[in-house]
Amino acid sequence: MGHAVALKVNGESWSLEVEPAELLLEVLRSRVGIKSPKPGCERGDCGSCTVLLDGRSVRSCLVLAVEVDGHELTTVEGLGIDGLTELQQRMVELSSFQCGYCAPGIVLTATELLAVNPRPERHEVQAAMSGNLCRCTGYAPIIDAVLTAAATAAATTAPEV
Amino acid sequence: MVDHTFVGHSTPRIDGVEKITGAAPFTDDLDFGPDLLHAEVVASPHAHARILGIDTYLAEQVPGVVKVVTGKSFQSTFGLYLEDRHIFAQDRVRFVGEQVAAVIARTRTAAKRAARMVIVSYEVLPAVFDTDAALADGAVELHPDLADYGRVPWFHPRPGTNIAHWRKLRKGDVAAGLRDADLVLEDTYTVPRYAHAAIEPHAVVAELSVAGRLTVWSASQSPYTQRNLFAEALGLSHRDIRVVTPYVGGGFGGKAGVTMEIIGAALAMTVRGHPVKLHWSREQEFVNTYQRQGLRAHLTIGARRDGTITALQHTLHWDAGAYVEYGANVVNAAGISATGPYRIEHVQLDSLCVYTNLPPGGPYRGFGYSEFTFGLESHIDRLAHGLGIDPVEFRRRNAVVGGDELPYGAQMNPSGLLEAIDRAADAIDWGIEQPAPSPTVRVGKGIAAFWKAPAMPPNAGSAAFLKFNEDGSVNITVSGMEIGQGYLTAMAQIAAEVLSVPPDRIRVETPDTDRNAYEWQTVASHVTWGCGNAVLAAANQARDRILDTVHRALGHDVASLYLVDEQVRSTTDPDLALPLREFVVTGLEQPSDGTFKGGPVVASGSFMPEFTSTRSDPETGQGGKPNVHYTVGAAGLVLEVDVETGRIAVRTVALAVDAGTAINPVAIEGQIAGGVLQGLGTVLYEELRFDDGGRLLNPTLTDYKLPTASDIPDRVIPIIVEVDQPDGPFGARGVGEHTMIPIAPLVANAVEDAVGVRITSMPITAERLYLALTAEDG
Ligand code: FES
Ligand code: FES
Repeated sequence: MGHAVALKVNGESWSLEVEPAELLLEVLRSRVGIKSPKPGCERGDCGSCTVLLDGRSVRSCLVLAVEVDGHELTTVEGLGIDGLTELQQRMVELSSFQCGYCAPGIVLTATELLAVNPRPERHEVQAAMSGNLCRCTGYAPIIDAVLTAAATAAATTAPEV
Repeated sequence: MVDHTFVGHSTPRIDGVEKITGAAPFTDDLDFGPDLLHAEVVASPHAHARILGIDTYLAEQVPGVVKVVTGKSFQSTFGLYLEDRHIFAQDRVRFVGEQVAAVIARTRTAAKRAARMVIVSYEVLPAVFDTDAALADGAVELHPDLADYGRVPWFHPRPGTNIAHWRKLRKGDVAAGLRDADLVLEDTYTVPRYAHAAIEPHAVVAELSVAGRLTVWSASQSPYTQRNLFAEALGLSHRDIRVVTPYVGGGFGGKAGVTMEIIGAALAMTVRGHPVKLHWSREQEFVNTYQRQGLRAHLTIGARRDGTITALQHTLHWDAGAYVEYGANVVNAAGISATGPYRIEHVQLDSLCVYTNLPPGGPYRGFGYSEFTFGLESHIDRLAHGLGIDPVEFRRRNAVVGGDELPYGAQMNPSGLLEAIDRAADAIDWGIEQPAPSPTVRVGKGIAAFWKAPAMPPNAGSAAFLKFNEDGSVNITVSGMEIGQGYLTAMAQIAAEVLSVPPDRIRVETPDTDRNAYEWQTVASHVTWGCGNAVLAAANQARDRILDTVHRALGHDVASLYLVDEQVRSTTDPDLALPLREFVVTGLEQPSDGTFKGGPVVASGSFMPEFTSTRSDPETGQGGKPNVHYTVGAAGLVLEVDVETGRIAVRTVALAVDAGTAINPVAIEGQIAGGVLQGLGTVLYEELRFDDGGRLLNPTLTDYKLPTASDIPDRVIPIIVEVDQPDGPFGARGVGEHTMIPIAPLVANAVEDAVGVRITSMPITAERLYLALTAEDG
């Protein structure tokens, strides 16, 4: 039996019929056509399937599609609609990613971090990122971009005197 | 050093925006519509067994199932260097997880359900899980048909045993060299199996059109090699196979050659007109691609009091797994270079590729060098200490330099090993003791050197196509693979330097064998060099065409013309400033009569190392020139050991690598940061563990721990040494794999420096170190 689910994905409204066991990751990728959340382990270990659910990061491989009825989802496609965010720009400038498979998940995790903690310390960035595996970069260029983005945002919103 | 406009300048990746926005397509992201079928394999539960029968009846009854395919439909063998594999097991299985059959269904769920309902009956056979057991007298023979397998001429199998290849190297007289030594040290080092664990699992979609054309979309480092093996194994013409490889989510060798992709291609042959998709789960990714081979290395080195190494004897037993079609070449590469980057008069290397009933071994970043360097660089350190010579000084005294004779007779290329050793040592304040932060913590420093050559057939070629667009931008199609290393950007920079068109106005496309020029494979850290030379040739050809057009249309002497800022300028006519965009497609109008000269500028380039040869004496390894060149380097590390727990905290790693010319310094720094952490994972905690039936115990990312953002060293210091590679594009050579190679012995050496304990088995977990520490106390 299908369940009716109404949700917002990157600001657009969707009504879908989903099976009780269908995973959000699967539904996003094959029904909604949003490909940035990636399967990496499908059991909650890698973070490559991360999406923002009402602004909070979740692993879409651990969420049932029926659970998001009435909620809002943001994927990395939704962040860049009006051009790259400050964080994304710094990541491009610093060549933060290599293969890029982990990038959508990491961008969202870092976006969430900066929303709740606009001036994180390095170790706080590391702790926030530690649920998103990256096999390529050694993480340093990613952490640097997050810190640079935070510093730039702080400089533009609250100029130091 | 020559000053270049684009080469040598840190350039943001040209694929950066695509990746940061989620727009970059990976194989699993491609849509194929409602026609798409899904496949699931039936895997062997036994490490070694005879297949008595396969009953597919029940599986075929599952709603949605289209077909169940077994080995009966595909009987040919395949393999990159040694044809010892079948697409599906034939009469026997040789590892837990080997594909015996596959189900094709309308949905993934139906395919999975039906795969569980295929009934295979087996007669279990005795199995071998390590090299000692496999080499023992009377050991069960895994491949009785070894003698009949097709292979490259430089492999030397021993039919009747489990030795698939034995690479020997003999130089001088090792016994005499050891007699001549003041100190001879002998020990055995063990390295377990490891997983590449790229975050993207393998995926393939294949479709045989109704008209008989096979298209394969795969997450692969090797589109042309895949096409070639598909053609041979499936009996199709190369012309009728198209392999498309979108972005790859991490390779590290795990997506080189052909593994599960051939299952997808074969299944497509059975359901004409339908695309079929096979997507590995994480568990399958661990078990049925390639694993890094295990190694047991026995090492004897002698040195004189003055610090000269007199002789080295290195016997390497590789646990290569059930099929070694690619892995045997890892063994081969080690068997000619397991001296490390040292000048040694008397050498004996024996590198044995041993079949075991574990998953197939294969290429992994470092290609054998990461494995043998653990023991070798540990041993070098111990010798230095034994002789009372500073380990940095000991390495310097024996370091190979350009022009030296290599163990197999060829000459060493120009290289900056001494500079690398010095700079790595300086960066960690070698020789200066660092205070411990607390009474239970000991600080240690380590040093290690490395080298590595690309391991390739002597005729591995690269090619490039280049075309100008109406606005003066450029498209390049090559078939090297962007697997994260920044290859697309490096190719754009090389073309940019010749054409004066900035890299961000150059698009370099991922491979499609219908349209992109040839590339052997993206492995061996050779594409910056090999494919870079092809792109350079194509760019030069395009430039020549542009200048020729200007000469023919306007009469300028070609020798006076040059390109700068996307214009043609002249050394003799300061007024000439012709923007490329005005004529690279539409031609140049002749002032005299209004006719046009020129036309769309297209160019091609191709490259092959014409000086290599693998012809050598099988008994001595002497002769030929199996390696195009070596990339060398050194690294230093500072760590802290908590003696109460055995826990290691890595503080600083400085890694110096000789890039020849750094095409894109920021990309090399990225390779250093990434390679260092991948190396730390292998030496500190990663390890594939098997039960006594050959079943992998930790096939998840919960139980196979990868380094996270919290596990990184405090500081990684990248050091780029630049001693030109004379035949490289702008002097460049590859560095991608190398940054991982010295890390394991580096930690082992620093641990000994810190706590005086020598660990000879990887990984050096807190538990292993703690037990060693307490044993020492007792
Ligand atoms: S795919 Fe969801 S956490 Fe790995
Ligand atoms: S960039 Fe490859 S996994 Fe992160």
